[in-house]
Amino acid sequence: MKNSLSERDYQSLIAPLYRFDRSFWLTSGLLALLAAPGLALYVRQLVLGLGVTALNRPAFWGIYLVNFIFLIGVSMAGTVISAVLQLLGVNWRRPITRIAESLTVFGLMIAGLQILMDMGRPDRFLFTLIYGRFQAPLMWDIMSLTLYLLTAIFALYLQLLPDIALLRDTAPQSAPAWRKKLYSLLALNWRGNAAQWHQLEKTMTTISVIIVPIGVSLHTVTSWLFSTTTQPGWKSTILGPYFVVGAIFSGMGLLFAAAAYARRAWKLEEYIKEEFFLNLGWLFIVMSAVWFYFTLNETLIITAEQEAMEFPVMAAKLFGEFSAAFWGMVLLMIAATWVMVAPKFVSGKPGPLARLTGSAWLKAHPIETSVLAGLFVLVGMWLERWNILMPTLTHARLIPYDIYIPTFTEIAITISLFALLALMFVVFFKFFPPVSVWEVREGRVVEAAQPKAVMPLPEVNGEA
Amino acid sequence: MSKWSMVIDLDKCIACQACSVACRMENNTPVVPPEEAEAGRAIRWNDVFPLPVNPTEETGEYPNVKTQYMTRPCIQCENAPCIKVCPVGATFINEEGIIEQNYARCIGCRFCTVGCPYGVRYFNWYKPEWETPLQEHLNPDRLEEAGRLEGPAVRPVGVVEKCTYCVHRLVKAREQAAAEGRDFRADEYVPACVQTCTGKARFFGDLEDPNSAVTQLAKSPRSFRLLEEAGTHPKTIYLREG
Repeated sequence: MKNSLSERDYQSLIAPLYRFDRSFWLTSGLLALLAAPGLALYVRQLVLGLGVTALNRPAFWGIYLVNFIFLIGVSMAGTVISAVLQLLGVNWRRPITRIAESLTVFGLMIAGLQILMDMGRPDRFLFTLIYGRFQAPLMWDIMSLTLYLLTAIFALYLQLLPDIALLRDTAPQSAPAWRKKLYSLLALNWRGNAAQWHQLEKTMTTISVIIVPIGVSLHTVTSWLFSTTTQPGWKSTILGPYFVVGAIFSGMGLLFAAAAYARRAWKLEEYIKEEFFLNLGWLFIVMSAVWFYFTLNETLIITAEQEAMEFPVMAAKLFGEFSAAFWGMVLLMIAATWVMVAPKFVSGKPGPLARLTGSAWLKAHPIETSVLAGLFVLVGMWLERWNILMPTLTHARLIPYDIYIPTFTEIAITISLFALLALMFVVFFKFFPPVSVWEVREGRVVEAAQPKAVMPLPEVNGEA
Repeated sequence: MSKWSMVIDLDKCIACQACSVACRMENNTPVVPPEEAEAGRAIRWNDVFPLPVNPTEETGEYPNVKTQYMTRPCIQCENAPCIKVCPVGATFINEEGIIEQNYARCIGCRFCTVGCPYGVRYFNWYKPEWETPLQEHLNPDRLEEAGRLEGPAVRPVGVVEKCTYCVHRLVKAREQAAAEGRDFRADEYVPACVQTCTGKARFFGDLEDPNSAVTQLAKSPRSFRLLEEAGTHPKTIYLREG
């Protein structure tokens, strides 16, 4: 029984889940290989202590914390795309919600792992529950992260439920028995009757309403870790919204990359269409404008007032040892914005200027353009987190200025965490369809029900 | 209730660092190899360092140098940033105003080390080790009960430690007075750095007592607090040079 699922949907979304081909083993093998050294070095760090890092006094925090902030930032992708777009009733979100929500869950998991790795006494982690002081900003972060992760897992699971039932009902004869068992267990007796659909729809809407403020709270609270201290460079009241904007921005970057990868690697061209990249591209441009606005606020005001404690930190970014990271970030962000904006100036047949500057190519390749912009933003936002943390940490008031260069251990662990994130993504979608089958089918019904009358476009220069 | 305070007269300080050495022997602060110290991992509960810490154009170049030596135990803030950020209450202020650190509770998140504007907090990057002669002369004093490990007790790896005004000496002095069946007097408690100070530049006592030396000296027109603008209300008070 294929549950009235079309043969084409079955072939492109369900059938590949049972084919463990060479490309899957190659990809996951490579990712596991990348993850292995870092995990081995973490065991060494556990045995010897955090001395194996380049952390010192005053740089008590380093690349681990930069990764942590970056990871919870990129995990914002799921919230924005899935929840906000669902609440707005946007139809082009449908094929991408699953990927977006999974990125939230995996990003948060890896972020949690990273913060555990940064602890001097990970064995005492539960002390935060037993002796937790709820006045401490770090506890706010732990609470918010836990709540966000649980809500995100719940949202992902809810949205998966009808598809798991579909997997249970369409499992081929040759499928391993444990997989069939797993699907029927996870499907929670989903039968797809009207009452169940109604319940699901209601719960999903509620979760979407709840998850947005939780997501915003996590990024805000993370910024409060810094802005509630008295350290120069962090005493800023705009750090909260600045972090939220950065999170949405970098989350979109990751989503572009992940969606384009899924589209190509898992041959989902029919489902993840150019339309999605173009539409999200507009939101991306808006976010980049807001990000530049915040960055200008932070930079210009501190530079103009030249306060005795604040300015040395800013000077280190503008002209000092952090200038490469700072201006690199600015350049990457300008590049990301430019590749998204430039094609918008090209209309009709590209002129010589458009061809020379590459705008014509960008216009013709919206997906490649989005991935390029996404990668620029990912690197740029990582550098932004670095530029917020490290200049302040290395410019303490009563400790000599310091230079922090991460050790091999820290770099290997960083690589391994990002590889782990990718590995979770690749393996997860060998068990569950990367595109939400029921949502896509629902979308088709919605589309079919829309009126077919088409308003002709006004003619411009003889072209329609 | 007492409010313990230290006054340091910078006019009398000769930067001999005897305070730092006395502190090290009293509180069992770990010794690190020179290359680790070079990398900023030395642990000095009581530090002696030049001010400003980073040479600027104003401090000049040798031999025309204008610099000042600073000696610094924990500033023992009344409004302490370290306590506010600790997620598990491993660092706390006792009723007599001393900020203590519980090594059995600390989770090693290093938020307090980042939050402290004075840099008085230190982290155990490795398991503390001492070479043989030092190993044999560790101070056996410790404050210990279930879930609590403080004072000079040898620290485990991965926790934060700091100056506590030798709080174990206060406990000992109180116990001594109780054993002898008499009242405890404020002058029975003095931290190791104050006891050893070569130039007698350090004064210790109770700020609540209007007649104590520290209360009198705190009123001096020379008195100032380190980074007063940070709003921490220090109980370690300095007397300006000159």
